[in-house]
Amino acid sequence: MNLFDELQKDYRFKEGFHNCINCGTCTAICPAAEFYRYDPRRIVDIVQTRDNDAIGALLKSDTIWYCGECMSCVTRCPRRNGPGLVIMALRELSIRLGYFTESEKGRQMLPLTHIMTGNILKYGYCIHPKTFRWEDHKESGPVWKWHTEHLERSLARQGANYMGDGPGVLRRIPQESLDELKAIFDVTGGSERISHVEQCSARKAQEMGMSMEEYEREAFECCSDKHVW
Amino acid sequence: MIYEGKKKIWSDYQKEIPDDHWYYVRSCIRQNFFPASERMFTEITRGVLGRDIYETPHHTTCGGIAYHCDTIPQETAMTIVARQFALMTEAGYENYAPSCITSFGNYAEILETWREYPELEAKIREDLWKACRREFKKPKCLAHSSDLIYHWRDEIAAKARFRLVDRETGDALRIVEHIGCHYAKMFPSKGVGGAEYPYVLAGMIESWGGQVVDYPERRHCCGYGFRQYHVKANRGYCVGNTVKKFESMEPYHPDAIITNCPGCPYFLDRWQYVMAEQTGRTYGSDGFGIPVLTYEELAGLVLGYDPWDLGLQLHQVAVEPLLDKMGIKYDPQAKYLGVDRENLMRPQLPEHLKCF
Repeated sequence: MNLFDELQKDYRFKEGFHNCINCGTCTAICPAAEFYRYDPRRIVDIVQTRDNDAIGALLKSDTIWYCGECMSCVTRCPRRNGPGLVIMALRELSIRLGYFTESEKGRQMLPLTHIMTGNILKYGYCIHPKTFRWEDHKESGPVWKWHTEHLERSLARQGANYMGDGPGVLRRIPQESLDELKAIFDVTGGSERISHVEQCSARKAQEMGMSMEEYEREAFECCSDKHVW
Repeated sequence: MIYEGKKKIWSDYQKEIPDDHWYYVRSCIRQNFFPASERMFTEITRGVLGRDIYETPHHTTCGGIAYHCDTIPQETAMTIVARQFALMTEAGYENYAPSCITSFGNYAEILETWREYPELEAKIREDLWKACRREFKKPKCLAHSSDLIYHWRDEIAAKARFRLVDRETGDALRIVEHIGCHYAKMFPSKGVGGAEYPYVLAGMIESWGGQVVDYPERRHCCGYGFRQYHVKANRGYCVGNTVKKFESMEPYHPDAIITNCPGCPYFLDRWQYVMAEQTGRTYGSDGFGIPVLTYEELAGLVLGYDPWDLGLQLHQVAVEPLLDKMGIKYDPQAKYLGVDRENLMRPQLPEHLKCF
């Protein structure tokens, strides 16, 4: 398979990949490059070599998962490239080919998929109070611990319509609307994507000698020290 | 010559904002973290300004956060958005106002992609019909809800009970404006003032009596980074980038920060708490942090709403120093009470960050 040809089928790649002049402006402006051993200039440069082995190595690496998709690079590139859009296409291909399980950061796809698609299909929101647990978000501080301990009454004080009928903040999304979201997932490949991520992750967990619970918890919580400067 | 050039850049980034009849869609993050802000948006725009803001309970997430966490395909994200547009069409509206910056960027990206690749729009229309039996018209105008408050900023100023002025010294308060990255970094022409000179929040600050703080990292991301926050192992990325902003703004002694993005006020607020507890470092005066407000919270304060009705008790950084400077009266004992003054106890106080 020619990986560059596969990337070219992605609309984000068509928009974000032109001719890189290697000026490094994207790296200078990049929040991920502040923190991680990360250089978006280098990624775009590797892609424009069209070297199949080098692109394949990228797809299996931690590197493509460092970007925060803030798109600051899109504004500043003097040649109208969007390294962030190139990253999105690389990630899409890495997931499609099952390469994402080969890197520590790529394996985070399993907990992320469960958090995000679980919330969307069950509640109709990407983030929901029933799953945003203080125990997983201690940075949210004692005020948030207090809020979650008195959730319904605190939200009522804020004027929310929590899990209520009709419009308003944190309303219950009607079941017929949730059914439509599920139908959209089924028709457009969203449901297939969830199964694919779970199957690839299950294979990798077995290879690593872990249960799925251990694999998912490690992907969510553990960070080796190789990623940062 | 240079001045003329700037005037031309500025004129390129003005956008027409219709004065009335908006279809409003909510933000996943803001409903969770700043629930009173969205309630205040509808209360101010409908009740105080008398505009028609319509909302249907059937709208859902736009899927933007899941999309930028790479957990749903582009086609799924586009079809969810197509359904949102169908609901707007069925309700008889043409002006679309999302409360979320990620959503705003998502809608802008999708509309631009469809304009450039009409075959993709046709495919999404087909998908939507198969999944939901719905059809849609694209919005005539897409504006973020902060664009609307910007558009009506002088009407708010005319009704103001308080101004962004230090009551004791008479000096304009120094306010940092933080614009969410997806507001204009991808499509500068979609935001008021573009990506380099965004004016959407600066316009509110000036109209309400404050002065805008300029500082080196003014355009740096808050550090959300989608998967960088939602996976526990990655959160060093988030706090690292937030600290970069605070170190850069601190020498200018801001009195407050306002934001127009869902995640930014949460992160700029909470990472100050984490920094204080881990290192003892605080960025406000006398051990306090710098208060971080949404634009609705700031508008509400200016209009004279009770701070606790605005939800300011859900901030980890104390807002009282800002209220005192503005001369706003508040009841400290009522801060953590529920509806009808129900006793909900009080949160534990942080060890280092000064709070009430």
